[in-house]
Amino acid sequence: MEANNKELNIQTTSEGKQYIVVKLATEQYGIDIQYVDNIVCMQNITRVPKAQPYFKGVTNLRGEIIPVMSLRLKFGLEPDQFTNSTRIIIIKLEAQATIGIIVDEVREVVTLSEESIDKPSYNENDDKAAYLYGVGKYNEGLISLLNIAAVIVEKE
Amino acid sequence: MWGCDKMDVSQYLEIFIDETKEHLQNLNEQLLILEREPDNQDVINEIFRAAHSLKGMAGTMGYKRMQKLTHDMENVFSEIRSGKMTVQAKLVDVLFRGLDALENYLDVIQESGDEGTEDNEDIIKDLNDILAEASGETPVKAEEKPAENGAVKSAEVRQNTKTESVFANMKVADFEQHAIEKAKEEGQNIYGIRVVISEGCILKAARAFLVFKALEEIGDVIKSMPDVQDIEDEKFDFDFGVLIITKESTESVKNAILNVSEIENAIIETFNLDLTVEQNIEKSEAEAANQTAAPAATATAAAPAPASAAPAPAAKQKPAAKQGGKPVVNRSVRVDIEKLDVLMNLVSELIIAKNGLVSLNAGGMNSDERGNGNFNEQIEYLERVTTNLHESVMKVRMMPIESVVNKFPRMIRDLTKKLGKKMELYMTGEDTELDRTVIDEIGDPLMHLLRNSADHGLEGNEERVKAGKPEVGSIFLDAYQDGNNVVIEVRDDGRGIDLEKVKNKALEKGTITEEQAETMSENDILGLLFRPSFSTAEKITDVSGRGVGLDVVKSKIEGLGGEIECKTVLGEGSTFTIRLPLTLAIITALMVELGEEKYAIPLGSIQSIEDVPCSDIKYVQTREVINLRSNVIPLIRLDSILDVEPREEQPESLTVVIVAKGEKLAGLVVDNLIGQQEIVIKSIGKYINNNKIISGATILGDGEVALIIDANTLV
Repeated sequence: MEANNKELNIQTTSEGKQYIVVKLATEQYGIDIQYVDNIVCMQNITRVPKAQPYFKGVTNLRGEIIPVMSLRLKFGLEPDQFTNSTRIIIIKLEAQATIGIIVDEVREVVTLSEESIDKPSYNENDDKAAYLYGVGKYNEGLISLLNIAAVIVEKE
Repeated sequence: MWGCDKMDVSQYLEIFIDETKEHLQNLNEQLLILEREPDNQDVINEIFRAAHSLKGMAGTMGYKRMQKLTHDMENVFSEIRSGKMTVQAKLVDVLFRGLDALENYLDVIQESGDEGTEDNEDIIKDLNDILAEASGETPVKAEEKPAENGAVKSAEVRQNTKTESVFANMKVADFEQHAIEKAKEEGQNIYGIRVVISEGCILKAARAFLVFKALEEIGDVIKSMPDVQDIEDEKFDFDFGVLIITKESTESVKNAILNVSEIENAIIETFNLDLTVEQNIEKSEAEAANQTAAPAATATAAAPAPASAAPAPAAKQKPAAKQGGKPVVNRSVRVDIEKLDVLMNLVSELIIAKNGLVSLNAGGMNSDERGNGNFNEQIEYLERVTTNLHESVMKVRMMPIESVVNKFPRMIRDLTKKLGKKMELYMTGEDTELDRTVIDEIGDPLMHLLRNSADHGLEGNEERVKAGKPEVGSIFLDAYQDGNNVVIEVRDDGRGIDLEKVKNKALEKGTITEEQAETMSENDILGLLFRPSFSTAEKITDVSGRGVGLDVVKSKIEGLGGEIECKTVLGEGSTFTIRLPLTLAIITALMVELGEEKYAIPLGSIQSIEDVPCSDIKYVQTREVINLRSNVIPLIRLDSILDVEPREEQPESLTVVIVAKGEKLAGLVVDNLIGQQEIVIKSIGKYINNNKIISGATILGDGEVALIIDANTLV
């Protein structure tokens, strides 16, 4: 919540948005900080049978049950290898709908202005394109900015 | 003088809302009876009493519009009571409209703390027109009524004055004397008032406060007997005295006081400093006689000025009193005092148990063996207490479904008129109890189903006669407890649902394809009704048929953890069955082990636990079944359904948990039983989609998460 408030303040004072940069396999992804509720270390996850394959299960975060999704599996990458740098990013898209996503590593927080973001060209054959909101350029590197809502909400 | 700022009316708002709801419900019920039995004197009296209390309550809370409306309704009731007017359909209609308007006021008050600006003049006008018609005179006449009543009351009062005066021993301090003298110079009246609260009143101090508040609106309270603090602490019997300086007449002061409900009497005397105490009483008696004689005389002649003048200054002062933030009402539950006593007892036992553990910890360190035995004993004791505590708290949360369903007869009555169909509602099991949160939510879905039955289910009267049915349609609402569930059935004896029509409609809308339509079972077709925007009604009516309906009902019921199903016989009627869990939040469950994982099965759906030798497994259509006490029960291998790694070696016998859904049974095969446990149900969120086998999750003592299996989806 504090992160939320901070973000709101910053947004009004400067142009651009803040993103949390995470690493997944060889790529860098950016998550809009306004949806991030918390970042926690890897912890015990209880498998939920018959769930979508990319759902690792549910976890107990301070008495709250939170479903946890593997971003790797969602994107069709190799299954996660849990290491010391593996993190669960707790996303709160709306009230009563918290979800955790597993990433390999959390790198930094960057501020990107609208000009430094390229919108991806639309390609209807590429399902994964829908997960991206754009590509941000930062310090020579490229950051794929996630459209969190599209990632979380199942397409019919 | 009285700390008006210290005690704001807002703290009585909850009581006001609760009581008003009760009175309104009562009025609704009594009016329904009155419509059927226009001559029932008891009912008329009851209605009059309820209306009168309502008026008083609204008045003291400062809701003038509400008060005005109830006042006019009360006038009508009063005429009926005195036999000057007969009950006709038109009158009942207007009265019902009045009740609806009052309910609207209440809703607005509940939301904002203010009554809003709706004057409902049309209802008031209709009421007065009816009054005028009945008495054959102008509506103005009606206004005289309460004045006359007042006069009669004060005459009664006078007779009591001799024995009941409380000012005989009232001492007046110097500064008060000054105030009184000054007021006298200014030509104000000084009254000594003795207020008698009805016996049986629970919140005497609150009533007293309301009296003070009412008095402060029309004048200055300079002294009270006993003093303010004592009254506030309820240190008085059923009466107290007040000295007040005011410009108003005794009549309006009296009216203001009697407007507070549960006030039995107010005796008003003019207070005179110059006289001795005894003379004072005599004087006041004479004065009282004068005062009562005068209005009584004027009442018949013309509408008395004081009575109509009273509300004006009160209204002017009102906004000043209601400053600051608007009070927003908390949700409250009225709890039976016995239930609270039980809770209190349990809590004290809990403390004893805790003390037991503390003393064990302090003394039993070295004598291990004995200490352990005692320790277990204490743990068992603690467990017993917490179980009882849980049960009692649950009971506190439980409310009879009556509070929801008792508004339905009225609704059906209105629908009868609106739809032009004759119908009757039959209800059973109104005392079935449900969790408060469920009660709050279940009203709308039920109302919707009833409207559906009334509008679509029941045929028109002529059609019914042609079909050889009784002319008057019947709708049934039955509630009963079934194991850990509460079942509510809404049933009608109408035309039933035409499955073909539903199917065609779905085809037409493109909800289903031709191929799907062919293979659909009866239940599948009925399931279509619960899809969004699906209505088979040919004409859209005011009552229902806009297509927003059953899907909303369904999602609401499912949101409460319940389920809804529909059965229908064409030409004979349809039944909607709602099944709801008795309690939310906490349930008792059997913890089982499957491989390395732990699962919870709600105890409510478990029939028995069996140890079945593998040799007893039979096959029917290649499915595993067992024959248990001459019941053929299908076996469900939970490990394969839940994709758990199967055990390496097959044991000789299986542990089978027999679960039931209605009549149907199934045997769930588990690896190990852990035991029975109370678990707190948590949702696993809406993103994980797993065919509803898992209904939720719970957190175990060690922080691990265990999933809850919904046995109903497996049977």
